[in-house]
Amino acid sequence: METAKHPIALHVDGLQKGFQGKSVLRGVDLEVPRGSIFSVLGPSGTGKSVFLKCLANIMQPDAGRIRFDGRELGAGNSAARDEFRRRCSFLFQSNALFDSLTALENVALPLEQTTTLGKLEILNRCRNALEQLEMEDFLHHYPAQLSGGMQKRLALARAIVTRPELVLFDEPTAGLDPLRRNAVFAMIAKYQRHFNFTALIVTHDVPEALVASDRIALLDQGRIAFVGTPAEFSSSSNPVVSLFRDSAQALGESLAEIRRHQPTP
Amino acid sequence: MAQTKRLATRIARAVHEQGTVCLPVILIVGVFTGLVLGLQGYHVLSRFGSQGLLGTLVSLSLVREMAPVLAALMLIGQAGSAFAAELGIQRNTEQIVALETMGVNSHGYLVAPRLVAALIVFPIQTALFVILGIWGGSLSGSVLLGVDSGVYWSAVHRAVEARDLQECFMKAAAFGLLAMSICAYQGFHADRNGSAVGARAVSACTTRAVVLSSIAVLVTDYIISSFFV
Repeated sequence: METAKHPIALHVDGLQKGFQGKSVLRGVDLEVPRGSIFSVLGPSGTGKSVFLKCLANIMQPDAGRIRFDGRELGAGNSAARDEFRRRCSFLFQSNALFDSLTALENVALPLEQTTTLGKLEILNRCRNALEQLEMEDFLHHYPAQLSGGMQKRLALARAIVTRPELVLFDEPTAGLDPLRRNAVFAMIAKYQRHFNFTALIVTHDVPEALVASDRIALLDQGRIAFVGTPAEFSSSSNPVVSLFRDSAQALGESLAEIRRHQPTP
Repeated sequence: MAQTKRLATRIARAVHEQGTVCLPVILIVGVFTGLVLGLQGYHVLSRFGSQGLLGTLVSLSLVREMAPVLAALMLIGQAGSAFAAELGIQRNTEQIVALETMGVNSHGYLVAPRLVAALIVFPIQTALFVILGIWGGSLSGSVLLGVDSGVYWSAVHRAVEARDLQECFMKAAAFGLLAMSICAYQGFHADRNGSAVGARAVSACTTRAVVLSSIAVLVTDYIISSFFV
């Protein structure tokens, strides 16, 4: 019997984390609605990845509460954390693929190690996930033999093969060109709808996040400075939002200015 | 049932990796250790007119000390260093963290099969080392230096007792467990080496793994020997 799901998939209260006396997260409060694509924006170095790693239990926060589906994920609640790991996937900025395993073996690994499914069932689910991501011709390729975009898709296939309810994306478009950035966000949006998971993305790509997300939060100096819909973000008069939103435009203008002053060859 | 089968497969793969990678080295070092022991032993024993004890000298030296220690050092140099480097790279490229976020027990998945494999491979390779070493001793003693073959093999047969074999295999198993645990620890914590990062952290953890495992083998050898003499 399906139990009733909490409408808020992830609930974060006063999350704090520091390193060597320097505070990175200074009390982050956030609610991520179930089934949404939620992007956390912020310039590089504001603690977005630290925030995500605290959520994924890779780092221990200094203070604050994290609740998933209404259950607290404290240090003393190992059962809730194990359950969270079963129902959540993490897509690393670097993809973190197992370089000595083929694409198929990479995707099969979480099922082999955390479930009691039979070999055939695992194979079917892996093939299905890889076909969904148009990777069916690369089942026996090693990650090093795949392009950057394919590696990203393979990492996503590995993340969704366990049918998670929440997928955490750490800078999924870092280091990609604009076309690939669009493709990755389109892929996330497509498969989020297809598999109906909650997606929490940390990124600094404003235009792509605005198009793909249901809700946007802006992390600034260790705190959430704004939460709202993409439309509200675009029209917000909040000075921090304006500064960040217009930074891409400002960068474009600066580059144009530099070009104007360059001597013609 | 499915999980047990997968664990058994991983152990079999680890046995294959450790065993096949190190086999040629064990064969070569075993034969040459025996040849040198035969050569040196013959010239020392001939001073006292006791060449007939060459088989005793070669076999007991190998069974009690040289085979377990040298085989362990060879295995550390090949399988242990490879294991530490592999774990170090996996740590550096977030593969270990990825396993943990999936809810996979990274120690159980990456380390346990290698430790079980070491308990199997180290004694087998040591036994091979002993056999080849004794054969090498006979090659230099009997074939090259003229000790009667029957005398040599009869001395070997008389010298080696069950207690010596027990000491030999106990040492091999202890060295295997200890060395692979040290290599696993060093590789697993490659990111905790204060100054070195990236590729340097991997090379530093591999070097530490080999050096510390080798020292640990020699110290443990002394401790175990002291209980048997």
